Amino acid sequence: MATTHTYDALVIGAGGAGMRAAIELSDQVRTAVISKLYPTRSHTGAAQGGVCAALGNTEEDHPEWHAFDTVKGGDYLVDQPAAMLMTEEAVGAVYELERWGLPFNRTPDGRIDQRRFGGHTAEHGERPVRRACYAADRTGHMILQTLYQQCVKRDVRFFNEFYCLDLLRDAEGAASGVVAYELATGELHVFRAKSIVFATGGYGRMFSVTSNAHALTGDGPAVVWRRGVPLEDMEMYQFHPTGLAKLGVLLSEAARGEGGIVLNRDGERFMERYAPTIKDLAPRDMVSRAIYQEIKEGRGGGPNGDWAFLDIRHLDPALIEEKLPDITEFARVYLKVEPTKEPVPIQPTAHYAMGGIPTDIDGRVVTGPEETPIPGLYAAGECACVSVHGANRLGTNSLLDIVVFGRRAGVDAARHAKETSLGDLPDRPTEQTLSMLNAVLERTEGDNGADIRKELQDRMFDLAFVVRTEESLSTMQEILGGLHERFDRVAIGDKGALYNTDLMETVELGYLLDCAEALVVSARARTESRGGHYRDDHPLRDDANWLRHTLAYRDDDGSIRLDFKPVKMGPYVPMERKY
Amino acid sequence: MATPADALQDSDRREAGARPAGGVTLTLKIRRFNPEVSQDSWWDEFTVQADPLDRLVEVLHQVKWYQDGTLSFRRSCAHGICGSDAMLINGRNALACKLLVDDVGPKVTIEPIRGLPVLKDLIVDMDPFLEGYKNVLPFLINDSGEPERERLQSAEERARFDDTTKCILCAACTTSCPIFWGDEGYVGPAAIVNAHRFIFDSRDEGGRERLKILSEKTGVFRCRTTFNCTEACPRGIEVTKAIQEVKRSILFDRF
Repeated sequence: MATTHTYDALVIGAGGAGMRAAIELSDQVRTAVISKLYPTRSHTGAAQGGVCAALGNTEEDHPEWHAFDTVKGGDYLVDQPAAMLMTEEAVGAVYELERWGLPFNRTPDGRIDQRRFGGHTAEHGERPVRRACYAADRTGHMILQTLYQQCVKRDVRFFNEFYCLDLLRDAEGAASGVVAYELATGELHVFRAKSIVFATGGYGRMFSVTSNAHALTGDGPAVVWRRGVPLEDMEMYQFHPTGLAKLGVLLSEAARGEGGIVLNRDGERFMERYAPTIKDLAPRDMVSRAIYQEIKEGRGGGPNGDWAFLDIRHLDPALIEEKLPDITEFARVYLKVEPTKEPVPIQPTAHYAMGGIPTDIDGRVVTGPEETPIPGLYAAGECACVSVHGANRLGTNSLLDIVVFGRRAGVDAARHAKETSLGDLPDRPTEQTLSMLNAVLERTEGDNGADIRKELQDRMFDLAFVVRTEESLSTMQEILGGLHERFDRVAIGDKGALYNTDLMETVELGYLLDCAEALVVSARARTESRGGHYRDDHPLRDDANWLRHTLAYRDDDGSIRLDFKPVKMGPYVPMERKY
Repeated sequence: MATPADALQDSDRREAGARPAGGVTLTLKIRRFNPEVSQDSWWDEFTVQADPLDRLVEVLHQVKWYQDGTLSFRRSCAHGICGSDAMLINGRNALACKLLVDDVGPKVTIEPIRGLPVLKDLIVDMDPFLEGYKNVLPFLINDSGEPERERLQSAEERARFDDTTKCILCAACTTSCPIFWGDEGYVGPAAIVNAHRFIFDSRDEGGRERLKILSEKTGVFRCRTTFNCTEACPRGIEVTKAIQEVKRSILFDRF
């Protein structure tokens, strides 16, 4: 029998969004955080460059300029009211982090220092602006630590190394609980609650080259998708231009914000040709595509001609030491390259999911083109799609997203928990989870999950990465069909109850396959190029047909059904995206 | 300085030369423990073909995925930021994702970090470690009212505690400390590092309280300055120096 716990509110995931929501919730209602990692292991900690807010500490800036950049950076697929709200609340959110002790770098007059970042401009694209508030190149680490410190202060209840494997909904469809697997014991737990906030992060591990942690396997999106919740804009995935060659480990855009440049094998600063005004500070999708183009035209470096180079040799070594210490260490440790003396080999790396679980600006999960809220169900952070990032997220806006919408989801989830009573659980709440786990545990022979994962990652990198076509995507869809079949035959070596990471990695692989399928089917349908989604066979943006969000549903028969909803417009009229 | 093109070609050549075809053969000797199998630990040996620049954590994955699915360890980010995979590797604490095959081969011995209860293979109980951390009040304490904007802090004041903000709570320092192994009450280096991070933050007002906690018999004066912690820290924090600074504050400071 599974142990049953009852809370007012649950948070699933203990990264930045989850902990920010938990801080809000635990001040008001009985709250538990369920996390498959210890909170400080979350991938928020890997974010480097900064969090943007128009503080205007070093030069004139306005939230409205930030909103414009966010909308344009997202190639107009951004819901404009949400972007305006986020950029307005950014200022207070950064001050709040500072008051909680976040050690931001400082200006000479003692204020929070700010630096340049890709796509962030003054006066609607006129020139780069200093907007990113930062703590060296470990801003995400400091946000994660600061939020954890605030959780320790409030004595927030964490269930660490508990994997959420199922969402429970009552007869009316409201969220009424989750099923979680305790890694230490192999036991299932049922958590009942009135409000449930998913904050599980992204799913970059479906690609072979990624900046994402091993843990980022799309758990939240897949769990709710299997329970009838649609996924929005899954085709919109960001490929960051400056991943360490082959490894994909992130080298922050802050390197370019501080003056670093990108070179091809001839030593040419090629971004001058692609974005004449802001050059290397163009948004990530544009720089990644430019790198792809240079490689295609034979100007890539490295043994296979598929690298570009990040050059920071001309920067003052003292500045590098003070503002970019971690990324220089990554180059030294992992590629044995000395960035102060040599250009660092880079290639685009799978970085961030703009799409995810559809929510409104209060973090409420909404379904269908009418955006009907699912009572009690919330999502925030990378697993959610508000949508403030549209088709391409600007650097630093992810850290902003987690604190702004993590807080908002927490506020509304607390309100909801106070106003409602507990929903009913199904008669046998753990039935589906048990049958999923037992099927894997009881199989003595079968496919190796690692083989399936590797093929998924390699093929997604080949066929659904920076450049896509109908041919590549239809091939990938077929491959995914085969991988799903093989997944149903996976057998594992560890049959034990204690710390069975073999079993959990298999469950995670199933989540990745689901997210990949939603991504590929959505990408196939979108016959245009917009932001991170580039179709070589449809190279132009098509506002007449595609200024709309994709919704992908998993139907009962296993097939995927697509629906669409309009983008929420505002003051910014779509125009050609030049930098 | 060489032209960019020269430098790029140099890096091509060096890269090509640094990678012998077929890679290297690495022998891993791993201390295993699984209470479902035996109450005693045992040693297993695995042989893996690896590239010299492969991270050790990925070599462990090769073992787990293709040789023995029961091998259990924690990992997440795989680039030294999340702090999940601290292990005792060839006798020294390190993160398995920050050591390359080249750094450890061709034979490597891997054990769980010491001083915390082993739960399975390389997985230890982190709760006692985190209790030590929580004991030092690891959060900003300031009751002087909240300013409308940010609190001011000079770059020099900010630099005073920069080093100790880097801590990722991986426990490599604490579990390399012989005092921690032998004395269950000692809060350990990581807790002191996190106390230091606030004690020397000009915005914080909880220093006196933290120094009182750290002056007790479980606190900083247990430290015998063996520098194991400093050597073990994967973030390059001068841990022993931080501990000494806290000791000096207790003895001489304004608090």
